[in-house]
Amino acid sequence: MSAVREQVRRRSGAPARARTFVITPVVVVYLALAVLLVIGSVLVGLHGGVLLDHGGVLNILTRGTVLGLVAIGQTLVIVTGSLDLSVAYLVGLCSLVAAETMAGSTAMIVPGVLAALAVAAVVGLVNGLVITVLKANAFIATLGVALVLRGYLEHNYTGPAGTVPRAFQHIGYDRIGPVPVAALLMLLLAAAAWWYLRRTRTGYHMYAVGGDVDVARLSGVRTGRTIVTAHVLCAVMAGLAGVFLAGRLGSGAPYVGTDAGYDLESIAAVVLGGTALAGGRGGVAGTIGGVLILSTLDTIFDDLELDSFFKDVVRGVVLIAAVALYARRRTAGRSA
Amino acid sequence: MRARPRLTGGTGPVLVVLLVLLVALAFAGPAYAEPSGYLALLKRAAPLVVLAVGQYFVIVSGGFDLSVGSLVTAEVVVAARLVDGDDANTWWVIALLLGCGILVGLVNGLITTKLLVPSFIVTLGMLLVLDGAVFLWSGGAPRGALSPSFRVLGRGSAEVPVLGQLPWSVIVLLVVVVAAVWFMRGGTGRLLLALGDNENVVRLAGGGVDRLRLLAFVLSALLASVAAILLAGFAGVSAQVGDGLEFRAITAVVLGGVLLGGGRGSVVAAAAGALSLEALFSLLNLLGVSGALESAVQGVIIIAAVAYAAHGAGLRRMLRRPVLDTV
Amino acid sequence: MNRKWSAAALAGALTLAGCSSDLPATQAPGGTSESAKAKSEFFDQSEFERQLRFRTAKAVGLDSQDGAAKPWEQALEPQLADTAKYAKPGGGYHLCFSNASVDNPWRQVGFKTMKEEVKLHPEITKFTVLDAEAKDDKQISDIQSLASQGCSALVVSPNTTATLTPAVEAACATGVPVIVFDRGVKTSCPVTFIHPIGGFAFGADGAEFLKDKVKPGGKVLALRILPGVDVLEQRWAAADQIFSGSQVKVVGVEFTNGDAAKTKSIVNEYIQREGKIDGVWMDAGATAVAAVEAFQDAGAAIPPFVGEDQQDFLRMWADEKMTAVAPTYPTYQWRTPVIAALRVLGGKQVPREWVLPQPKVTQDTLKDFIKQDMPPLHYAMCGCEGMPGYPAPWK
Repeated sequence: MSAVREQVRRRSGAPARARTFVITPVVVVYLALAVLLVIGSVLVGLHGGVLLDHGGVLNILTRGTVLGLVAIGQTLVIVTGSLDLSVAYLVGLCSLVAAETMAGSTAMIVPGVLAALAVAAVVGLVNGLVITVLKANAFIATLGVALVLRGYLEHNYTGPAGTVPRAFQHIGYDRIGPVPVAALLMLLLAAAAWWYLRRTRTGYHMYAVGGDVDVARLSGVRTGRTIVTAHVLCAVMAGLAGVFLAGRLGSGAPYVGTDAGYDLESIAAVVLGGTALAGGRGGVAGTIGGVLILSTLDTIFDDLELDSFFKDVVRGVVLIAAVALYARRRTAGRSA
Repeated sequence: MRARPRLTGGTGPVLVVLLVLLVALAFAGPAYAEPSGYLALLKRAAPLVVLAVGQYFVIVSGGFDLSVGSLVTAEVVVAARLVDGDDANTWWVIALLLGCGILVGLVNGLITTKLLVPSFIVTLGMLLVLDGAVFLWSGGAPRGALSPSFRVLGRGSAEVPVLGQLPWSVIVLLVVVVAAVWFMRGGTGRLLLALGDNENVVRLAGGGVDRLRLLAFVLSALLASVAAILLAGFAGVSAQVGDGLEFRAITAVVLGGVLLGGGRGSVVAAAAGALSLEALFSLLNLLGVSGALESAVQGVIIIAAVAYAAHGAGLRRMLRRPVLDTV
Repeated sequence: MNRKWSAAALAGALTLAGCSSDLPATQAPGGTSESAKAKSEFFDQSEFERQLRFRTAKAVGLDSQDGAAKPWEQALEPQLADTAKYAKPGGGYHLCFSNASVDNPWRQVGFKTMKEEVKLHPEITKFTVLDAEAKDDKQISDIQSLASQGCSALVVSPNTTATLTPAVEAACATGVPVIVFDRGVKTSCPVTFIHPIGGFAFGADGAEFLKDKVKPGGKVLALRILPGVDVLEQRWAAADQIFSGSQVKVVGVEFTNGDAAKTKSIVNEYIQREGKIDGVWMDAGATAVAAVEAFQDAGAAIPPFVGEDQQDFLRMWADEKMTAVAPTYPTYQWRTPVIAALRVLGGKQVPREWVLPQPKVTQDTLKDFIKQDMPPLHYAMCGCEGMPGYPAPWK
């Protein structure tokens, strides 16, 4: 149980360590997803429906898109040993910035997207700087920023605002067969983030900082810069989610992120995907699996017409059970 | 005795803040020219203070309890349905609520300690489960009603010699704070504090780490039940009664200078943090600050409080990571 | 790095666009007044006057001979639209419903009432409901999903007005009759849009009552739930309009977030600050009881109150012999979409905009609405007392 020993051991072979297990959390997640799809198909079949028909696949992927975007960003910060509670309000803010900048004009699409992402990057920068320079705990820092954003939204907006031109609404509705284009883009970004975490220097530093910030600093990692980078990227991903939602909703909506609870839900998806909440371990591949599990659960519940309150209970149990499973696996691996 | 300075250390700033706020209130509102204004403030603040004290135990031992808000909602809804407006049901339902609180705390604590799931996740899961389960049980909306005797604790006053009319909730508040201070001064309390500071030291010294953590979660959930009883008494049945209380309680504790990640801060400071938060809201209201900006002010203040705490002391804890129960 | 990726990806998306889309090709004109209102100023003089006029208009049944039509079958100034193209005689209907949420007692009571209404009609053989859990994005998916399930008719209760418009347009484009109720959408494609008179009338009912009951110069406290919800903004806009043209002095406008404890604290602070409050206006009754209790606890007389038709408030009103009024946003409107769907499928005409009467509970009618055995947050104006299963599902 010695945290220090564990971290040193991890440090000595972070990527290689995965190979010592036959079954990594990522494999577990996708196995669980497969099992869920089978069980879900049977249950929905007994209920007289089909889970994985055209509409079902479309549903699972559409629902996974926004959560996926936010969760990819959340993975980066959690791997770095931080977390971001401001993403939900940021999603709403960015949808507004994008829709208001576009104001219904096709020519303003690119400026609108860029403006939203710029705002997101600034918020991420503030998160990162509050954590590294003011030395505030990430939980409180991002909760504080979330409250500030909320105050701004409540003070300035009384409901949906801005208009997204028709051309940009295609991003929310186009699909290739049953696969929404936006879901493909989300997966593309997931692949990019995976590559970034696993193959670039900064990505490696994120694992190092998340593993043990002091050790990382002593080995020459610029920890502050790494944390700030992770937060900026996380915020930009949330910004993209907001932009996408603006396209889907046709306008910006201040509470679109909070109504869906993307702050806690994205954290849930990340840990469901096997990333350790304490940082230093996990990755984007698992997160996408976690997101798909959550959206598949949602779709199954809808097909079975279960009470939404029941969904919450199952989500809570699944979350705890999954993380308990990973923790057990880790301790088992350690003692072996 | 070595731990004494640490126990009280850090209480100073928040008490100064609280004092400033209380004085400002006196200038801002004529109601605060007399003690009754402050008594009303104390009565309003009682549930949050009680929650903050509970949250303090968990935070100081290195965890989080995100489930307290939904626990409050769940217990209020359960109480309304079981009491069903009948005074005869009051006392056994109160006992049951406290029992349920202990049970929820045990589950939180056992999953955290035995299954090694970070408390953030355990209590987030518990939040979802409680939120869903209680409305599944009650059919989506509260039903039944609270009895007058159930509501006395949150609403009524007791005749106290010398002081005159004192709200029951203020008495409960004082009892909780005094008991918490007494507890933290005892051996178990110090071990709890040490646990958040350095788990291994406690383990090596032979302290039952798991049992201490479990105790912290049970205390938090138990006090959340007390807060639920006070809130239900104060304001009656509502389906939103607990919304956001978990974050407000954590904010209050942090405002009191208690570090997330554990190991430092006093319970008096946590209680003072909660009181300051309520005083601040009252002040903003009196000054006519728009309700919409209230949360922005709250956000800035908690960041400032944490930044102050981080820079004022405990440089060692710089960049301390947020969620550190296990691993 | 990521930014470049995203820019490239977005560019790619735009070129891919058109591959196949669930977005309807044409841009529907849509009601413009609604969007102008949502922007900033919620007060709209012509709509305000229209709603005030509706309050005294005579509600009529839709079929000529039904003098005994119930309020949820009636309409105000209906302009009937032909629905022959949707006619699908023979029953065996699959009714689909995309619900915004069931996260508050009003929607709970309404939804239960709707389920009972469905049971009254054997020609509906399947009733599929998707609950969006107050998420716009989920409701869009829900509507898409229902549009592909072979529904005979689709009922939508939108979570927000502006944001669900594209999804509703898309559903209309599949040829299924779409019925919208409660909140509207900014398109004219649904067969009918069902709603009670509206927020202006609700707000005005309460404000006029206080204007009448509070002496000139009296202090009125206005309690609102949240900013930014169009229906609630309209309620306050109307009340504000009426108060500003009266001798009544509004000493405070506060948001309670629907939180009883916060409501009580606010009222308590105002009693302390102002010494005396002569009237309380509320935009929704959820926390009305807490507000009344604040007066009791402060030992102050309960002033004239504006509440809503929730049982706990009605009981308190009677028990404390208060001077009060309860404007309603009747939950019986949840019955109407089912009735409308069956009319449409039967080829009968429906109003394009189906405006339902919006009664208020007054001193005289109070005793008719108090139901001692119902839950405290049950809404009295549910129109459900005569339904076969009453009262079990609502308890």
